[in-house]
Order: sequence, then C-alpha cells, then structure tokens
Amino acid sequence: MKSFMHKYVFSTDHKMIGLQFLFTAFLFMLFGGLLAMAIRWQLAWPGTKLPVLGVIMPETYNVIFTMHGTFMIFFVVIAIMVGAFANFTVPLLIGAHDMAFPKINMASYWLFFISCVIMLASFFAPGGAAATGWTAYAPVSVKAPMGQSLWLISLIVLGVSSILGSLNYLTTIVNLRAPGMHFFRMPMTVWAIFITAILVLLATPVLTAALAMLLLDRVLDTTFFLAGTGQPVLWQHVFWFYSHPAVYIMILPAMGIASDVLSVFSRKPLFGYHAMVYALSAIAGLGFIVWAHHMFATGLNPTLGTTFMVATMFIAVPTGVKIFNWLGTLWGGSIHFSSAMLNAIAFVSMFVIGGLSGVFLAAASLDIYLHDTYFVVAHIHYVLFGGSLFGIFAGIYYWYPKMFGRMMNEKLGKIHFWLTFVFYNLTFFPMHIIGIHGMPRRFYDYKQYEFLRGLEPLQLLISISAFALFICQLPFVYNFFVNLFVGKKAPNNPWQANTLEWTIPSPAPHLNYAKVPIVYRWPYEYSLPHAKEDWLAQDQP
Amino acid sequence: MSHAATASDVKGLSHPLGVNNAKLCMWLFLCSEVMFFAGLIGSYIVLRLGSLTWPTPGEILNIPLTGVNTFILICSSVTMVKAFAWAHMGNQTKIKRHLFLTFLFGVIFLSIQAIEYYKLYHHHGLHPSGNLYGTCFYILTGFHGCHVLGGVIAVFVLWIRSLLGHFTKGRHAPVELVGLYWHFVDLVWIILFTIVYLI
Repeated sequence: MKSFMHKYVFSTDHKMIGLQFLFTAFLFMLFGGLLAMAIRWQLAWPGTKLPVLGVIMPETYNVIFTMHGTFMIFFVVIAIMVGAFANFTVPLLIGAHDMAFPKINMASYWLFFISCVIMLASFFAPGGAAATGWTAYAPVSVKAPMGQSLWLISLIVLGVSSILGSLNYLTTIVNLRAPGMHFFRMPMTVWAIFITAILVLLATPVLTAALAMLLLDRVLDTTFFLAGTGQPVLWQHVFWFYSHPAVYIMILPAMGIASDVLSVFSRKPLFGYHAMVYALSAIAGLGFIVWAHHMFATGLNPTLGTTFMVATMFIAVPTGVKIFNWLGTLWGGSIHFSSAMLNAIAFVSMFVIGGLSGVFLAAASLDIYLHDTYFVVAHIHYVLFGGSLFGIFAGIYYWYPKMFGRMMNEKLGKIHFWLTFVFYNLTFFPMHIIGIHGMPRRFYDYKQYEFLRGLEPLQLLISISAFALFICQLPFVYNFFVNLFVGKKAPNNPWQANTLEWTIPSPAPHLNYAKVPIVYRWPYEYSLPHAKEDWLAQDQP
Repeated sequence: MSHAATASDVKGLSHPLGVNNAKLCMWLFLCSEVMFFAGLIGSYIVLRLGSLTWPTPGEILNIPLTGVNTFILICSSVTMVKAFAWAHMGNQTKIKRHLFLTFLFGVIFLSIQAIEYYKLYHHHGLHPSGNLYGTCFYILTGFHGCHVLGGVIAVFVLWIRSLLGHFTKGRHAPVELVGLYWHFVDLVWIILFTIVYLI
C-alpha cells in the first residue's frame, strides 16, 4: 500500500506527475464537454427540458458557459500542455534523469489538485459557481455571489502551481541537458516548452496580481475595479496582459509536438529548424504587446487601437513562417498516415483557419462589429480545439507507447480522427456564419430576437454536430483506457524516431536513462542519402 | 551535413550559464516576482493618472518616519551582504552576528510599518475600502510587507541554522539564495517608497 501511494500518488517522478496531470485533465475535459453539450442544448431548443438537469434557467446558463471556458482553458488545455506533456517529455527528450527539482514538481501537481477541488467546490457555494464568463469582467465580477471568490482563489492557487512548473522546466532545460545536447539540437517540442515556460513565468504573476486585486475588491471592499472610484477597464488590461500570452501558452507546445510528429511520419528533416525557433520566440515576444486587441470595443483611443492592431497583425508573419515550414517538411516526404500524423496535419490546417479568423478580429474596424459575436467563439475554438486539441491528440497517439508500454489501436485511432475532424468542422465552421449574422456569444435565448430567428437551421446543425462530436470521443476513450491493459506490447522505438526517449524501453523506466546518453546530432536525421536505415538516432556517433 | 558530430560536441554541457540549479531557479523566481509587482505598480500608475484628485506627498503619509524605515531596510541589505561575505570566508561568529542583525532590521521595518498602518487607520481615517488612495496605499505596501515577512522568516531560519553551525566555507548556498531574495524585496521597496510616498 505504501509503495502504491509512493509510486502513483505522491510521486516525484516526472513521468508519473505528467500522467497525474493528464488524467486529472481528462476528468475536466469530460465535465467541460458536458457543459458544452448543455450550452448547445439550450441554443438548439431554448427553454426545453434537458435530461437530468431539467430546464436551464438564465442564471444557470451563465454558470455553464463560464465554467465551460474556465475548465477547458485552465484545467484541460493548459494542464495538458504545461502539466502533462511538458512534464512527461522534457527530461526524456533532453536525456535527463528527472526534473531539476522533483519535489517542487510534486508540489506543482498537488497545488493544481487543490485548485481543482476549490473550483469544483464553488458549484456548491451560495448563489452557485462563478457566472461572469471566463474573463470575469469587472464590475460585474466585483458584485457577483460568493462562487466568484472561490473562482479567484482557485485560479490564484493554479497560477502558483504553473509558476512552480515553469521554474522547473526552465532550470531543467538550461542545466540538465545531456552532453552534446546543445540548444540547437533540442527537438522542437522542447524548444516550444522552453518558450512556453518563459511565457508562463512572466505572464502568470500579472494574472495573480489581477486576481488578488479583484479578490480584495470583493472581500476587503477596496476599489481597484469599481466604477466611480476605480477603473473597471483596468481589469481588462491586466487580465488580457496575461490572457493573450496564455493563448500562446496553449498553442506553442502543440506547435512543437506537431513539428516533431510531422518530421517523423514524413521521414524528412524538419524544414527550417532555426527559423522555427526564431518564429516561436517572435510569437512569444509579440504576444506581450498585443493584449488590447481584445478591448477595441471598450472605447479605447483609436490611435492606440491602431498600434495594437498593427502589432497583432505582425504575429501573422512568424506564424506564416511556421506554417510554410510545416508544409515544407511534408513536401516530398514519404508520408505515413498514422493516427498521430493525421492529428498533426489537422492541427496545421485547422490552425490556419483559426489564425486567419484571428487576423479578421485584429482589424479594429471589423472587430467593433464582430466583437462578442459567435465569430469570436468560432475563432477561439478553431485555435483551441482545432489547434491545441488536435495537437494534444497527436501527442497522445505519439507518446502513448512510451507512457504505458503498449500500443494504441491504429484503426480505432483513425476512426476517431475522421469522425472528430468531420463533426468538429460541422460544429464550429457554421459559428463563423451566425457570428457574422450578429449572433451574440452569450445570449440565453436568441429566439427572442427577430433578426436572429432565421438562424434556427444553423443552430440545430451546430448542436447536433456538437452532440455527435462528443459521442465520437468514445472510440478514443475506449482506445486509450482499454489498451492500457490489453494493448500490444510496445517496442522501444515503434515509430523509428530519432529522439532520445525512443532509445530506452517502453514504458520509460524510473530515472529514464541507465547511463547518461551522449548526443551527437540533431533530432531530424531522416532519409540520409548514404545511411543504412532512413533514420539515425541522436545518440549515434 | 552541418549537424553531424564533431569531437568537441560531446563535452559536458551542464550549467552553461555558470549558475547551479538552485541559483538559476531563484533568479527565475525573482523574474516572476518582478512581473507580479509590475502588475500591481502598473495598475497603480493607471489608477492614479485616471484619478481626478490625489493627495500631495506628505499630506497624509509620514515621509520622515518611512524615510528612516527605508534606511533601516537598506541597512539590512548591507548586513545580508556581509553575512554572505563572511559565510564565504567561513567566519562563524560573524555569519551569526550579521544574520541576526538582518533579521533584527527586518523586524524593525515591519514594526514601524505596523505602527504606521495603525496611526493612518485610526488617527487619519485612511481605510483600504471606499477610497482609491487608501486602496492603493495599503495593498501595494501590504503585498511588499508580506514579502518582507517571508524574508524575515527565511532569515530567522538561516540564523538558527548558523547557530547550529550549518554554514561552512564550502557550504552556504542558502545564505546566498535568501540574500538574493532579500535584496529584491529591498529594491522593490525603494521603488514603492518613491512612487507611493515621494512623488
């Protein structure tokens, strides 16, 4: 019993902590998904009785979309990217035995867990959970019922957990690389996590300060964000100063994962490796100076708005560099359409759509019209579902053998991919259209408005596709959980990949490497002209 | 190909910045602390510039008292540096003495701040609630005070450990780490003193 607790619960092994994050995030993905289904039920058949929940009241509807956003952003995507993947991959990919500070790493998970408990407990607070949107705009959030305070406390704890995590990733990547693993021999996944960790380190404390000020406004009656004495718009500034970099915290690791997966399954070196690194850095840097593009509708000085608009559009340049590099990687490769590869390709193509609608929204004059409509909802889901989540699926299909020592079923993986891809597009693409038609993002009952009634067929299509999208995750759940026990035993290197983690047994043993590996080359030696095999691992002289 | 191996490639790469794990982690932590105070100070600047009225310096706050307090905090940084320097040389008596002095200065700083809060709250009617000036004053200096409190506790633990003879010429990393944090807290205070009291 004691050894069970030591191995699976109070573990200091980076791989186990990564899996703890992953499984906790799966649970929240289920909750967040169910909340999304409730939203779609209400929008398809407003005011009709839902199984179990009954009729959704307007106050409940506000709670539902608030907690859907909160769960999916903070407890699913960030938790998986920065908690699960960063923890699992960083020491393995750089040839280290573990993180620099295993105990801080454990503390990071348990703070995350406490923050999960507080967030779930807020549902039972008088007045229910937070209902002011995941953005918690002041002054509504200052005067909201008690659930809002728990929401704030939970996110402050979560922030501390993230900062502890990022301290660990940065120290580990800088100081614990194996001999020969120069910065410019690190796989893109590690680069992406390195830059993401810098974003977490520098952006999260600002959110902590903002959350603390809002909490004090609520419990000590200070007046930071109160209209009249303080400034409600200030909340938006500090909130978005974090939350725009947070968008990159959620997408950069997926970019790293996709880069590695695309290279492995096209059997070609990653195109433009250095350019990729500089593009990642540029996106991260620009991410800090564009926050007010979320605030064009607040009465922002138009001259200031224009500078934010231009800075935002600049982000399209490094993003374009990355997209062309991914296409360059695929070009002329011998492509293996494995489940991981399909998800990585979907990541690239869907992220292009999300990126382009982002350029639309960055145009201040257009944003005045599109602000707070379903166009924004479409954009965020193309980036976070189409981008991050397909990246997450790619990562899971790719590293599953190394995580659990067993293979996932490829056929089920492909069925899951194609169903998800089709219903994902049927769910989110029409949101662009109803957004341009003027459908606001948080209306409880759109049918009360004459000009929105014509949207009914599209609303039905979206809702039915969303239900289908939810059900289509069943093959994945089955594939993931059943193969933990019955999957085919995984060889050391099922994908014939070059990075270090594939040189050791699957699942990766405690402390990873029996002997510190020596790194002789970059991770993308595929299809070498004169080599025996079409790959050459990083530890081969 | 440019990525192929050369003999010089396989040499050890640990600590490329010449900084060990703990010190690197502390520096990174201080970066995040900088951003935390940047969030608070940035908000303060925005709120103050957007406010129609603001008390002139010295109208409510007792600048001479806090000036003395600032001097005490700077002294504590000096004693902290000395403590580290003596630890480096392995002089047990002087490590203990300087760690204790640092701790003492920290406690004096917090005590004077507590007296200041008490007087402002009860005699001048300056409350954190209901008015923006009080809000900004108490929360900015209060968050800093919490950081000093954390530092005072850390220095106290160091002092106890020095009494037990834990720090030798070769092993005194905690003194340096706490020292880094302590100087950071000191530096933040100099900025806060300037923008909250003097300007």
